[in-house]
Amino acid sequence: MKYVVVLIVGILTGAALFAVGLAYNPFVGKAALSPLAVTESQTVTLGYSAVASESLMFTNDGESRIPPYPEKIQQLWEDPIRQTDAMATVLRDGRNQVAGLGIKVASAAESTRLVERKALINSVWYVYLPGRGSFFVEQTENYWDYLRDIVLPAYRSSAGTWKGIWTGNVTVGPGALGTARVVGGSGEFDGLEMLGVESLSVRTWRVAGGPLAADGQLTIELPADQSDNE
Amino acid sequence: MAAGALYSFPAVDQFREVSIVSVAPNGGNSESFHINIPVDRVMVGATGKDSSVPLGLAWPTDDIFENVSTEVFKVRNVRGAVIGIAARTVAKEGTVDIADWIIHLPARGSLFVNMGSKPKVGRPRIGQLRAGSQEFDDLQGFVAESWVSDTSGEEGVQRGRIELLATYVSTSEHRVASQTELPE
Repeated sequence: MKYVVVLIVGILTGAALFAVGLAYNPFVGKAALSPLAVTESQTVTLGYSAVASESLMFTNDGESRIPPYPEKIQQLWEDPIRQTDAMATVLRDGRNQVAGLGIKVASAAESTRLVERKALINSVWYVYLPGRGSFFVEQTENYWDYLRDIVLPAYRSSAGTWKGIWTGNVTVGPGALGTARVVGGSGEFDGLEMLGVESLSVRTWRVAGGPLAADGQLTIELPADQSDNE
Repeated sequence: MAAGALYSFPAVDQFREVSIVSVAPNGGNSESFHINIPVDRVMVGATGKDSSVPLGLAWPTDDIFENVSTEVFKVRNVRGAVIGIAARTVAKEGTVDIADWIIHLPARGSLFVNMGSKPKVGRPRIGQLRAGSQEFDDLQGFVAESWVSDTSGEEGVQRGRIELLATYVSTSEHRVASQTELPE
């Protein structure tokens, strides 16, 4: 009996040490620089509020941390879409003027490997900018840093709240440099193949409700010849 | 041991409905989706529209959204099972009508479809598959959208279904160019 107890305690201690090492490995830094930060091409920057209740609509399975908004919206409770979120939001340009509409649909990715620090989401954006045209963004996002730097500390906090300033790129693919694939649909974007990056800036996060003060940003790099035309 | 467990047991396991894909007569594959109206509507937003969905939706009143409407739906397969989410945005840019679809099937990937001009009454509207992700990444093709009205319900309530017939051809096949021309 003594050996069984020692074995169980050993396994639990090992698992706890492994989890701590995984979350707080000092040799793994955060990728801070956007791959598009050094581009010489012209970019389109679109900002949005990453707080569900500040979007036009946000819905999920209704049992997740972030409650759907508006309250009466249909929830995504069916099994194939249970791990999917959908959001519609107003997008603002770099001068904080209303620029268009964005719809994001995101699903938990089966390629998620927590042991490799990959908490992955497959998501797509549809963006329509009146007077300019539409485009589609396809990306894989990694929320590992977000979970480690914001969500875990919020759970450890006695108030269940994290406050601070966290900024990070969430896009990690499918582009080789960790960029999203962007395909033009109409208007000035018609026929264009572009790159994009989505980033988040979080100031307050609560265990009950998720982000309370947070903004998101989509940065789209226009092709060089398109930039020359502008 | 903990590392082994994390490797062995996937953190995410998406539920899959069996894909119902058939071989198209001229090559490639075709797949049919539909949306039941009004039950599959998640959001309907349009300027000046009194019947926005859901209740409490605050659609922006900015001038630039004057000719824009967006709908978000649940998408079903031919057996009627919900398998994904779709969004349809319609806008008018001068004399040009824009109608774009995104169809997101969580375990499979997404489609981005740019619809063509409005067809004659009774004909489906055809759109080109502009981009796809995951399973649909290397596919080209088109999607035919049609509205099938259901007049059996109460008056004043729009009922029916939006049918989407997608036809895909792999870009790795050498006959792609001839196979992906939009049908008349």
